[in-house]
Amino acid sequence: MVEKFDAIVVGAGPAGSACACTMARAGLNTLVVERGKFPGAKNMWGGAYYGPLIHELFPRFWEEAPVERFIKRRKFSFLTGESALSVDFASGRFSKPPYKGFSVLRAKFDPWLAAQAEKAGAVIASGLQADDLLWDGTKVSGIKAGGDDIPADVVVACDGANSMLAEKAGLRKTLSPKDMKQGVKEVIQMPKEMIEQRFNLTGKEGIAWELLGTFTRDIPGGGFLYTNEDSLSVGVVVQLDALADKKIKADDILEEFKGHPEVAGYLRGGKTVEYSAHLIPVSGAAMIPGLYGEGILVAGDAAAFTLVTGLALEGANFAMASGIAAAETAAAAKESGDFSKKSLSRYASRLQESFVLKDLKTFRKAPHLLKNPRFYRQYPELLCETAEKIFTPDGLPRKKAWKRLMEAMEGRISFLQIIRDMWQIKRSV
Amino acid sequence: MILMKIEDKLAVNKFDIDKEVHIRLREEACRECEDNPCLYVCPAGCFKLTGDGRITFSYEGCLECGSCRLVCGLDAIDWNLPRGGFGICYQYG
Repeated sequence: MVEKFDAIVVGAGPAGSACACTMARAGLNTLVVERGKFPGAKNMWGGAYYGPLIHELFPRFWEEAPVERFIKRRKFSFLTGESALSVDFASGRFSKPPYKGFSVLRAKFDPWLAAQAEKAGAVIASGLQADDLLWDGTKVSGIKAGGDDIPADVVVACDGANSMLAEKAGLRKTLSPKDMKQGVKEVIQMPKEMIEQRFNLTGKEGIAWELLGTFTRDIPGGGFLYTNEDSLSVGVVVQLDALADKKIKADDILEEFKGHPEVAGYLRGGKTVEYSAHLIPVSGAAMIPGLYGEGILVAGDAAAFTLVTGLALEGANFAMASGIAAAETAAAAKESGDFSKKSLSRYASRLQESFVLKDLKTFRKAPHLLKNPRFYRQYPELLCETAEKIFTPDGLPRKKAWKRLMEAMEGRISFLQIIRDMWQIKRSV
Repeated sequence: MILMKIEDKLAVNKFDIDKEVHIRLREEACRECEDNPCLYVCPAGCFKLTGDGRITFSYEGCLECGSCRLVCGLDAIDWNLPRGGFGICYQYG
């Protein structure tokens, strides 16, 4: 007979570990099952983490956690065939505690996060796959894993973007490729000193650089480059259904991105040590599944809690916040001995009161905005061409910048269209 | 411009390959397909088109992203995750 747990968390990512840690601290007998050989073995992301949640759970975590670099510099660029127009923001305040953003490699960071849950008293079982849910009539009563039935009062599905448990619990239908982006990334190793010289960084300072432009071949998405301690995380994030429709591979877009003259120089001399891929839920509030059922809660990417606001995609902060809210709900349920759907529905109320569902509601129109193809071709071209003309003395009498912009608009985009798009931006983000 | 081929990228990854195949094609349904979206969305190039127009799948380089399952409109992919502990094992992530 296998021991009965108060709670089983499936998946040791930011949602799962934050949830398990909070439940264990509240005195719940908690099991975490993780299908990877170790927490983080199946996880990847762009590479930077911002947000207050981790500070609340683990004050001064950076003193012991495997953080790569503190983000001091944020850079955004529009790219066309050969040119680039960038905004580069740096703040000395970002490189002093409490730091605002961190670059992190998941296979190193997630084990630390899981270890904190373990320290709080949770049991972590790695290399164990939750194959199915265990049912007691219409109530989820545990999981089936590795040939065993493991009973629990509540199961928290933190099993990521593809959450099979949310599907099996009937809380979600199969996802649509329209609601997903695919991220592919290379980790490129490079000496520390070279990174610091190339990006004008000192010590543990780092850069987060996001790029939009014609390299995604009219597919909504963009590229990113983050500095780690002695490597770069370089990748692209592109709309999944558009890859299939246009018959283009994300990896080909990544190769084109890496070869762009604005990017290639930073990568020179580096050595690719890993290639990874993952799906990201990007339709925001419109795709949130059922969040609770009899004996089950859903958190993190499994609940599609990713905030899409423009250039940035934010998931980990929402994952941790939802994991904590699930844990608090489970702890209250344990106190009252009631794990029914009605009792667990307080999870949704907690999320509605927190930034998780508030932000997703505020930015509910952003996913649609980001499918506007003009942001990936016409606008980058317009900006780069105008800049190029302004900076090209051709021996003729000079024209004012405004006139240069009008010239670049010709045959590309109308005034009315620009006004419409600006209005859409104003309403969405 | 391709700077690094997909085969070379996968070669630097760490995999613990299971004897058990975790994704299988349902050939009858697969044959009905004309667009072959799986060919383009698989980030690891696991799907290949043979000379006689069939799709083959090799599971060894699978990054377990789930893209193929979502784009296959014919339910021709019997998609599962590898058994616990097997499959891709990221060292950086």
